[in-house]
Amino acid sequence: MNTIERWRSMVGASSEPVANLIERGAVRKFAEAIGDPNPLYVDEGAARASRYGGLIAPPTFPRTLEYGRIEGMDWPDAGMIHGEHAVSYTGHPLLVGEEILCYTKLEDYYEKESRGGLLGFIVMERFGESPRGERRFTMRDVAIVTPALRKTLGS
Amino acid sequence: MTAERRASPAWEVGEEVEALTLPPVTRLQLIKYAGASGDFNPIHTIDEAAEGAGLKGVIAHGMLTLATMGLLFSPYLEHGYVRHFRARFSGMVYVGDVLEIGGRVTGVEETEEGRLYAFDVFSRRGEDDVVATGEVGFLVYGDAP
Repeated sequence: MNTIERWRSMVGASSEPVANLIERGAVRKFAEAIGDPNPLYVDEGAARASRYGGLIAPPTFPRTLEYGRIEGMDWPDAGMIHGEHAVSYTGHPLLVGEEILCYTKLEDYYEKESRGGLLGFIVMERFGESPRGERRFTMRDVAIVTPALRKTLGS
Repeated sequence: MTAERRASPAWEVGEEVEALTLPPVTRLQLIKYAGASGDFNPIHTIDEAAEGAGLKGVIAHGMLTLATMGLLFSPYLEHGYVRHFRARFSGMVYVGDVLEIGGRVTGVEETEEGRLYAFDVFSRRGEDDVVATGEVGFLVYGDAP
């Protein structure tokens, strides 16, 4: 079975959950890298006085967490294009110090004709849950497999 | 860029969000983002790798472009949060590019948590050169002062 066929056959497969801790240093470095040193991201004192009672993480931060590997799923080193990203939260932003169980799921693989040839689309979902099993966030990413890469993977 | 803190927001549907011009994208920023995100794909940091992939130079991580769109809402985080954010990438961002981010209020809805505002947002290099578009749901807590 080639990589493309394997993706098709694995739609619905998930990884084993991985425990992640939302770390203060990681959030600070992320906030600095994106050019948003909001006191709620980086200033412990200011954050403690806020409604959150402590530091929070920027909305797109969860993409940096560990979600585990889906057994048997290949992911090419190069050639994939990130097409779309979505994240939605339950209740409040991620809090520094929060423990989150994360896992990922191959939600879909489909193909569409384009001017340049057949494009592949991989839809990955990523989930974050509290240790009590409450959903904290859901992410959805669409990666595009270019016609050239699709040819390599499909043979 | 320092997020200026604002009073609890009350937007009108149709209202434009004040656009922001971001500092030019630098290679150092891409290196920092690679480290902070764990995305070490070399097309974002090393010229030869980018050129080998057919690009004219290193390109910004798509997730970095999205993260900077969050700056539109950063000043209001004391009163609410980005409940959902969805975006599509429509162009490559290169070192030296100056991006402008902005958006418009498209709806408002009362929820149990508070008032949920819907926005269309964009990041662009120029009037007709959009690199990402998306939708944001920003929730202002019901008890926000």
